Amino acid sequence: MSTFSYFPHTEDDIKEMLQRIGVSSLDDLYSDVPAEFIFKGQYDLPDAMSEQQIREHFAALDRRNTKLKIFAGAGAYDHYTPSVVPYLAARSEFSTAYTPYQAEISQGTLRYIFEYQSMICELTGMEISNASMYDGPTAAAEAMFMAMACTKKKTRVLLSDTLLPNVRRVVETYAGFHGVQLGSIAQKDGQTSLESLKAELAAGDVAGIIVPAVNRFGIVEDFTGFAEAVHEAKAIVVEYCDPSALAVIRTPGEWGFDVAVGDGQSLGLPLNFGGPYVGFMACSKEHVRKLPGRIVGQTEDAAGRRCFVLTLQAREQHIRREKATSNICSNESLMALYVTIYLSLMGPEGMRKVNSLSSCGAHYLHDELLATGKFEEVFDKPYIKEFVLRPLVPVEKLQQALLDAGYFGALATEEGYVSFCVTEKRTKAEIDGLVAVVKGL
Amino acid sequence: MSKIIEGLKYSETHEWVKVEGNVAIVGVSDFAQKEMGDITYVDMPDVDDEVSKDEEFGALESVKASSDLVSPVSGVVVEKNEALEDAPELINQDPYGNWIIKVEMSDASELDALLDAAGYAKLIGE
Amino acid sequence: MKYYDKLIFELSKKGRTGFSLPENEFCASRNGGVKPAGCLCKALPDNLRRSSDLRLPEVGEVDVVRHYTNLSQMNFGVDTGFYPLGSCTMKYNPKINEEVASMPGLAALHPLQPESTVQGALEVYYNMEKALAAITGMSGFTFNPCAGAHGELTGLMIMRKYHLLRGDLKRNKVIVPDSAHGTNPASAAVCGLDVVVVKSNADGLVDVADLKPLLGDDIAGIMMTNPNTLGLFEREIGEIAKLVHECGGLLYYDGANMNPLLGVVRPGDMGFDIMHLNLHKTFSTPHGGGGPGAGPVGVAARLEHCLPCPRVIREEDGTFTVLHGSEESAGYVSGFMGNFGIILRAYAYILSLGHQNLLLAGKYATISANYIKESLKDCYKLPIPSICKHEFVFDGLINDGAHDDVPGATTLDVAKRLLDFGFHAPTIYFPLLFHQTIMIEPTETESKETIDSFIEVMRKIAAEAAEDPMLLKAAPHNAPISRPDETRAARQPILKYWDA
Repeated sequence: MSTFSYFPHTEDDIKEMLQRIGVSSLDDLYSDVPAEFIFKGQYDLPDAMSEQQIREHFAALDRRNTKLKIFAGAGAYDHYTPSVVPYLAARSEFSTAYTPYQAEISQGTLRYIFEYQSMICELTGMEISNASMYDGPTAAAEAMFMAMACTKKKTRVLLSDTLLPNVRRVVETYAGFHGVQLGSIAQKDGQTSLESLKAELAAGDVAGIIVPAVNRFGIVEDFTGFAEAVHEAKAIVVEYCDPSALAVIRTPGEWGFDVAVGDGQSLGLPLNFGGPYVGFMACSKEHVRKLPGRIVGQTEDAAGRRCFVLTLQAREQHIRREKATSNICSNESLMALYVTIYLSLMGPEGMRKVNSLSSCGAHYLHDELLATGKFEEVFDKPYIKEFVLRPLVPVEKLQQALLDAGYFGALATEEGYVSFCVTEKRTKAEIDGLVAVVKGL
Repeated sequence: MSKIIEGLKYSETHEWVKVEGNVAIVGVSDFAQKEMGDITYVDMPDVDDEVSKDEEFGALESVKASSDLVSPVSGVVVEKNEALEDAPELINQDPYGNWIIKVEMSDASELDALLDAAGYAKLIGE
Repeated sequence: MKYYDKLIFELSKKGRTGFSLPENEFCASRNGGVKPAGCLCKALPDNLRRSSDLRLPEVGEVDVVRHYTNLSQMNFGVDTGFYPLGSCTMKYNPKINEEVASMPGLAALHPLQPESTVQGALEVYYNMEKALAAITGMSGFTFNPCAGAHGELTGLMIMRKYHLLRGDLKRNKVIVPDSAHGTNPASAAVCGLDVVVVKSNADGLVDVADLKPLLGDDIAGIMMTNPNTLGLFEREIGEIAKLVHECGGLLYYDGANMNPLLGVVRPGDMGFDIMHLNLHKTFSTPHGGGGPGAGPVGVAARLEHCLPCPRVIREEDGTFTVLHGSEESAGYVSGFMGNFGIILRAYAYILSLGHQNLLLAGKYATISANYIKESLKDCYKLPIPSICKHEFVFDGLINDGAHDDVPGATTLDVAKRLLDFGFHAPTIYFPLLFHQTIMIEPTETESKETIDSFIEVMRKIAAEAAEDPMLLKAAPHNAPISRPDETRAARQPILKYWDA
């Protein structure tokens, strides 16, 4: 018998239930399990903890982490989360619900997903969004499959060399097992090269390409001529985007691209040591049947009232099984709610301000760092919140000095550059503090 | 009771074929549309795509199901019924009046293996 | 629950704002009238700037709070009431888990921070790996997968990698029972494996005679759910494991149904080589209306080198470091290390269970399922009467009330009628082995009183069906909306606000 607060069973309850079932003990409920498989040892777990002990345990763990001022990005951005966002998303009617299969008692979930889809379409300039993916990199991998499905009988997908390394790695893993051939598009002056793209397309057999809107150097890429070249080769363009930046930069829709994916983390989600984040995925109408994941649509109930349901489900794994484009079922619904509430609070003006504040801070840091004489400019290309410089001091020494002063920045790229990222959370005083550390090197 | 039309050929996967010269006009039977219920989408190949006998060439979708369309003949798609793109319910309304694809056959002898109306009636137990 | 009909876009008023951001310290007025370099008009050339309007809602903070509070009130969660959704293990989500997962220090860590600054976070991963290994009898775990289906895919990648590393290149098929979750064949296909289906026998178990001829040197492995989706323990698992291993294949355990085995049976001991767990099912983290979940994948010792990266290891001096890719690893399956926030919650749950309460979890889930089954089998068809584990299936009503021209009440009608009585519906029409499947899973966190009132309502609904099936067909009568027109939604898709 337990006195565990999550198990309500009393001794009498168990007696009465066993009686109705017609067995004499809890162990008898496992009489169909061969005896050799009943675990008879001692489970190697700690003693059960009380709530207070759990709190103390976690407080102790927390003390073994160091709180740093974040000047790093590379796929995870330290934007500000308004207090309203976690407050509302924590409502247990949202958080303790399952997937909205019973539409009649899930209108809350279904409505916010519909709003989320609308906002993702608006940010990306695409026509149709799904209800979310696990994270940006897996969404990119799914987009690769989508390219294969949209263009029959082709075997190659091209990745730009300027994609974030963690996006590239996941796409490579998925491609390897599924049997997709990957090619690369070289970078020139920090941005995806149109000449290289054209050469690869000329080699033939290309189903699609994946290029970043804001790349691993922080550069906002110029895709003039890309859509035309790729569409001429009967392939599709997938853009990997930072959705926060899409409020101010030219959208994948405006470039004439086919699919937009990325990570919604920059839209109000805490850094959370890497997760949960939320992948997003949107496409043009033409490709909706190949779009993986859940989609919410509007309809009416029997009384003619507007309501929302999961729709176009015949594309999905629970119906098409091995013929589905993807195996995804659960996605990151609650994080899509974070994004929806965040974007509602920010509105168009707030999103512009976030970008403007970040950009002003980043450019200020960039110029101040160059002024220290410890760095050289690498690329003269437009950026917003993230940029790279070539360090003239040893990278480890630089990183350690920053760390010792409580700053996390100067992430090394594979070329030996270092990247910095500034969001609206970083104050001028913090930036000046970081620069002072660099000056002291 | 499902409707079966004399003079058409039928496959065991419930497609019907009407032959006009060397072109096979392909649709699904009344029995098939009833089994599916409200059809919400018809996935069709594009013109010039090749289809092969006994291989899927598309699918019918309802809210909770997806059913492959299997080609009764081999050949090249010469036309698809574009009206179904916006109005998939046409198949529910008149499955024999609303064909899905027209195929230029590469081997008309494949038709011999198909069922006639009586054979198909027997297959579906009517 | 009351019907509320607004969308956030409909609350929008031009010029209204709901954000609170700091003043721009770099702006022109502080800069002698010179626009700073970072000013977007300077930083971005015209052709890289967004030219279309950004039609996000313009609403105040109060609007936002009320809107989403109203939306939440049209939702049913585990905190609202009993949620007997089969195969989904909708157990109570403890609140201390939420508290510790949102501790500001833990939530503020950047995923690329140096190891020395995240020792506490890495220790959570390490301790969780040890705990899950102890509970399941596996050797090592990866936490990279973000959901159960993601775990399945990762597990199959590990399976393939293992064969490939041994130079065994022919194994491109995976066996999946006909009762399997739809994700199993879908995951196999994504992983580049062909699916071979093995049938169930009359007892609802994998038919060993049907399995034998499928085994050969092209089989990568078999995916099994045990207990299976009918809630039945696969008694022949020892024999199946022997046969599959003899042909050189591996056994994959779909952990969706792990709950009844908690504290009683370990998949590793049954011969499974690879498995995933759904932390949002078995380990009490909230399902979030469809995620975020976490789908850690465990492997036997001989497969540990194939685990994906990054992975936490403990050095001899007691510090924790992160292992990155090697040639032998299956690769990278997600952006960083995994859904840390979810892993924190599951870790808190495991600490509260300890070894003492773990021993009861599976058994309590199982007794509740059998109790419901025995209490309703005179009203609902019970196709397989044997003892079940955490869930079981009925095949519709015994008396559906069909008479003359009146059609009988279906499983869908029963499910919708349940909503009127304040219960979530069970899983319906899955698995596909029966036509009117009702799959019920109560979990160990529901009291006998809750279960008894569910039984009472299910009996009442059966009586209503016999009397007046049309009453059920029009259900729900008390939900915020009645049945939606799903055909219309699919035929004329309205998928964003501006489509309507």
